[in-house]
Amino acid sequence: MRKGRITRISGNMVTVSFDSPVMQNEVAYIQHRNERLKSEIIRVRGTLAEMQVYEDTRGLKVGEEVEFTGDLLSVELGPGMLGQIFDGLQNPLPDLAAQCGYFLKRGIYMEALSGSDEWEFTPIAKAGDRVRAGDKIGFVKEKMFRHYCMVPFSWEGFFEVVSVEKPGKFTKNQAIAHLKDEKGNVRPVSLCQRWPVKIPIRAYKEKLKPTEPLVTKMRLIDSLFPVARGGTYCIPGPFGAGKTVLQQLISKHADADVVVIAACGERAGEVVETIKTFPTLVDPRTGHPLSDRTVIICNTSSMPVAARESSVYTAVTIAEYYRQMGLHVLLLADSTSRWAQAMREMSGRLEEIPGEEAFPAYLESHIASFYERAGLVSLYDGTLGSVTIGGAVSPAGGNFEEPVTQATLKVVGAFHGLSRNRSDARRYPAIDPLISWSKYRSFIDQAQKERGQWLLRKGNDVAQMMKVVGEEGTSLADYSDYLKSEFFDFVYLQQNAFDPVDEATPKERQAYVFSFIDRIIQSDFSFTSKDEALHFFQQLRQLFRGWNSSPWQSEEFERTEAEIRALLAERIKAG
Amino acid sequence: MQKYYSNITQIVGDVITVEAENVGNMELAQVITRRGTSLAQVIRLDGRKVFLQVFSGSRGISTGDKVRFLGHPMRIPTGELLLGRIFNGSGSPLDGGPALDENLVEVGGPPVNPVKRIIPEKMIRTGIPMIDIFNSLVESQKLPVFSIAGEPYNELLARIAIQAEVDIIILGGMGLKYDDYLFFKETLEEQGALSRSIVFMHTAADPIVECLLVPDISLAVAENFALAGERVLVLLTDMSNFCDALKVISITMEQIPSNRGYPGDLYSQLASRYEKAVDFDAAGSITILAATTMPGDDVTHPIPDNTGYITEGQFYLKNGVIEPFGSLSRLKQQVNGKTREDHRTIMDTMIQLFAEYRETLEKQAMGFEMSAWDRKLLKYGNLFEKKMMSLEVNIPLEKALDLGWEILHECFSPEETGIKRSMIEAYWPGTHEG
Ligand SMILES: Nc1ncnc2c1ncn2[C@@H]1O[C@H](COP(=O)(O)OP(=O)(O)O)[C@@H](O)[C@H]1O
Ligand SMILES: [Mg+2]
Repeated sequence: MRKGRITRISGNMVTVSFDSPVMQNEVAYIQHRNERLKSEIIRVRGTLAEMQVYEDTRGLKVGEEVEFTGDLLSVELGPGMLGQIFDGLQNPLPDLAAQCGYFLKRGIYMEALSGSDEWEFTPIAKAGDRVRAGDKIGFVKEKMFRHYCMVPFSWEGFFEVVSVEKPGKFTKNQAIAHLKDEKGNVRPVSLCQRWPVKIPIRAYKEKLKPTEPLVTKMRLIDSLFPVARGGTYCIPGPFGAGKTVLQQLISKHADADVVVIAACGERAGEVVETIKTFPTLVDPRTGHPLSDRTVIICNTSSMPVAARESSVYTAVTIAEYYRQMGLHVLLLADSTSRWAQAMREMSGRLEEIPGEEAFPAYLESHIASFYERAGLVSLYDGTLGSVTIGGAVSPAGGNFEEPVTQATLKVVGAFHGLSRNRSDARRYPAIDPLISWSKYRSFIDQAQKERGQWLLRKGNDVAQMMKVVGEEGTSLADYSDYLKSEFFDFVYLQQNAFDPVDEATPKERQAYVFSFIDRIIQSDFSFTSKDEALHFFQQLRQLFRGWNSSPWQSEEFERTEAEIRALLAERIKAG
Repeated sequence: MQKYYSNITQIVGDVITVEAENVGNMELAQVITRRGTSLAQVIRLDGRKVFLQVFSGSRGISTGDKVRFLGHPMRIPTGELLLGRIFNGSGSPLDGGPALDENLVEVGGPPVNPVKRIIPEKMIRTGIPMIDIFNSLVESQKLPVFSIAGEPYNELLARIAIQAEVDIIILGGMGLKYDDYLFFKETLEEQGALSRSIVFMHTAADPIVECLLVPDISLAVAENFALAGERVLVLLTDMSNFCDALKVISITMEQIPSNRGYPGDLYSQLASRYEKAVDFDAAGSITILAATTMPGDDVTHPIPDNTGYITEGQFYLKNGVIEPFGSLSRLKQQVNGKTREDHRTIMDTMIQLFAEYRETLEKQAMGFEMSAWDRKLLKYGNLFEKKMMSLEVNIPLEKALDLGWEILHECFSPEETGIKRSMIEAYWPGTHEG
């Protein structure tokens, strides 16, 4: 065992002197009395290694011993992750609670996947097959999925299947097959494997361009600023503007097979909500509880900062793993700024030359390579799998010019910018349609979508102008465009997260209502006065509110639609 | 027999460096000077060099003074005996009572395992409509009052504390003016709440390092009570002084500042305190109300900005009232769906209309002609400010909701409010009783 000794302790950074070779990003354990504290080498200079400690460093002393492990920080991948809640280092939090009670005791590391759970295995590969990393050997049933057992991603080259077990029950470490490499060495394969989190899993044929929309059931997003399967997007916004509520809504309603939630350096309470409610919410797509398709990585703000830095990597590695099974995975990270700040804290302790706002110079490249791990891939057997990444960004002072937002905007495919003005006026979701964009295609008819966006810009221009010339200086035509744009905003863009129907709008309904509104947008109502126009749109808005909260194609839905049509017909006749 | 070290090699700010061995990170020490003995805490170790943050400040420390390490981190006595007592930032009595050393617990202990938390669901009623209707306060919430210096934030904190149904009140004062300290003490006394209160006081005249300790000690004591099943309310005023103390220490330690001199870990520092707010599964709770004064009324200043990202909302106190814009309770939806059916409707509608009223005010200020709709909004806004926003108002939630409907009824026709019809039919004054 290679060892070192502590020479310096500053916050969660410890310097260690060593005399045998060490490796960058190697995991090491500090021996403190009967505790072993996990840490990672982040810089080596001469005979000194600087390590970030994944734990509170209180009580540590100069001279204490450190053991190097030779491993990079890794996670265990196998059945049993769905429905689980892990910390940033993949310790299962419920198991920690069972052992330690209310508090997270430092230095306790538990097996990520249960060693005693048995899984019903069904073979796919046969003796004699030629396979490589990522190929399917068999599967077990995990919740509603076929969880494929694959040739470990770290194995290089081709292998010959020597034997595969017959159907039966296996624990994660039992061999389900034996493979022979090109040199003739025979190695066992089990249900689980390890993978270093900071390295992308690349066991696929090719990466494809994301084209299919990933339906979130948020109208503003799907219709105007869509997300694609295998794409990336970000949600920057000042505090309280609604990033987390939006992420939570999407985690519930998005049309994905698996959702990985990375609660990174934000409030514990928000994760508690997800943890406690998901098991009781049924996913209409599958009829299973939402928790069955969800993995939570929870490293909230008062948990150790270094583990916060790792938590996003742990999350994306788990997402990539399920993608390898041909599933569509959505990774939601809230908030990537806390991950960036964790990098900043370590960089500061390393006394690196600071960049803008003291963030390290490599901030941009780290952000870019994180989002690069998203993608739509074609696996070796031709099936498609994807990882879509949506990251909340918490810009200091709500200013989008800051480094994390700017670095993120350079690499993502869609931008959902939240504005303080909209959230103050309770216009939720507070995504500002005038600044947001998406490079992906919406399922809404292109011409309709463009009219909608044109109207929003026009409405805003008129509103700005009215501030200068007043209502009296505004033409009736401009004023009614302004009212139309407000109407579009109120009844379509805004969505009531606390109304059981309005909170999620399926694709068909969005398309239907959007073209309904498009006709209103194109109508000339020939108003005779501004008051008349205002009054008309107030009435229309009230009816639409009721429409939005009535179930799709229900009797109430039909009735309200008829009323709306009547009001419109009456108006057109009058005009 | 503990060893004394006497080679102090550096004194910078309130941090001294002494050469010593076998010292633990964050360990406590005593610095013995001619002026007396002060506690100090290890904040960095580098070979034999031990960096100590001296609680009473470094003034008067000489390089020949002695340091003795105590072998343990900061601890604080807890339990019933503390009730009714007043201490300073290092935990020494200020009220002439005996020093305590029972049930010592470590300060700044580990975080709660998120799976052992429960979803908060008990509303704390304050009788203030701007809170009860628009931004309901919930047990275990962490919530600061944002304001500029001079606003009555301490009065607001005291008023909520007295009205809240909690078992224990802990007041952590940081850089408090002596008058404010007396105000809290008298208010608690008058309301008969002092006997269930504990005060940790750091005044503007006290050493800056002690200011840093106040949140940790207050919360360690609170946590101990909460684990025993008590519902504890912690008042921290003013957290901006705490942040400024952090800034001073980090500059002394030559850390690279990230924004306007504040350290890059300001967020994590604040979070490790505020996240102590908790509703324990099968035990008590901690609610934290804090005061955060905003330099220059600028909410983007690093202190309110980082705070706002951590806390579960904020009450924005301006010109003596709680502003609807800029105020937020992130936990309101945990409770306002279970109060009365019309609660959320009133909340959303009145705020949206108030936003329109504010726009009309701008138009009016520009000298534009007021339309019929503008005049309605003006009437509405005035009523809202007088009957809802004023902190003089003290009525239960249900009365406040009724009042909301009356105000809407007085100013608008039903469809002008945008409220959906089923709600109008049930609540619009005059609709149901015929
Ligand atoms: N879509 C929404 N509908 C209704 N209220 C919302 C919505 N989004 C946010 N809010 C309100 O704003 C508060 C803050 O939202 P949150 O998502 O926590 O903000 P952020 O994560 O940006 O700081 C929520 O607690 C809720 O009260
Ligand atoms: Mg958030």
